[in-house]
Amino acid sequence: MPPTTDKAILDSLVRNKIGFITSVPCKQLAGVIELVDNHEEIYHIPSNKEDEGMGLCAGAYLGGTRSAIIMQNTALGVAINSLVTLIQYYHIPLPMLISYRGEVGEKVACQVEMAIHTKPLLQQLYIPYYHFTKAEQVNSLDGILQHSQMCKKPVAILADASFWSSAS
Amino acid sequence: MIRYDILKTIAPILKDRLVVCNIGSPSQELYQLLDQPSNFYMLGTMGLCSSIGLGVALVQDQTVIAIDGDGSVLTNLATLSTIANNPADNFVLLIVDNGSYGSTGDQPTYAGMATSLTEVAKACGCRNVVECSAEETATELEKAISSGKMTIIISKCQPGNVNVSVIDDDPVNIANRFSNQIRELNS
Repeated sequence: MPPTTDKAILDSLVRNKIGFITSVPCKQLAGVIELVDNHEEIYHIPSNKEDEGMGLCAGAYLGGTRSAIIMQNTALGVAINSLVTLIQYYHIPLPMLISYRGEVGEKVACQVEMAIHTKPLLQQLYIPYYHFTKAEQVNSLDGILQHSQMCKKPVAILADASFWSSAS
Repeated sequence: MIRYDILKTIAPILKDRLVVCNIGSPSQELYQLLDQPSNFYMLGTMGLCSSIGLGVALVQDQTVIAIDGDGSVLTNLATLSTIANNPADNFVLLIVDNGSYGSTGDQPTYAGMATSLTEVAKACGCRNVVECSAEETATELEKAISSGKMTIIISKCQPGNVNVSVIDDDPVNIANRFSNQIRELNS
């Protein structure tokens, strides 16, 4: 049986008609990615880099299907130009489910280097973000996904180590 | 022949079809030759033309033609592996390969030197890869569309741009009219 939290994330994506998801993997996101990959109502397309993924998501949205990206926070460093000149410039809604590496509980020191820039970068880019530290916060995902579609903006869900360790 | 000449010869084929066009000179030249609601012009984000085109092709049934360039494909080279592993038979990627970064002053690209995008595409697993001359491009594009198989066309041409103005349309308008057109064509 898949962990309840991973399943809750999948269910929320499906309920909100996200039909196209691209991903660049992270260990913490492995469970969600596997569920997404196996779900028949979602086209899952792994991408090599997050900016490529944003191009794919933009195309799918323009083609009539809601899209989302699953990635690590390190990806922000890769994808800023795509976020600004494609996703924001053309008003494309893009929920970003982000593994927030480098927060308390992190074991890899280098991940902290990008973690300290994550929120300042999102603030500078005027991207709404939601920091998940406890498993029950998954209940707010429906609202966040609706918000992204409503305002046609990228939004970031930052799920940190505490969130994943509290997940069942 | 330069890119503009190719665009002129394929414009009748592109008419009323979904086209995703690369940033800079390609979009500006297409805009002058054949502006239509089913064109999506990239105004920024070098490298993502093929990714956007594939995304559109995967979620609906109409043929999508992405007009990319060798420099931009080199920027996002791994796109060819994504395309190969997620085949969409309504997708044609036309790489106008003039061996130069046309929009930035015609600096040479590696595609005009030792690197063959045709071989890269094949090595990535793309099945229908056609390299042709600028003169053959319209014929190859027509063949690719009617084949109903995802095709990558590498059209070898001379570097050079024509003097056209920048696109001053609102990006949201470009996106909306493109999306609306897709909805209409699929209804």
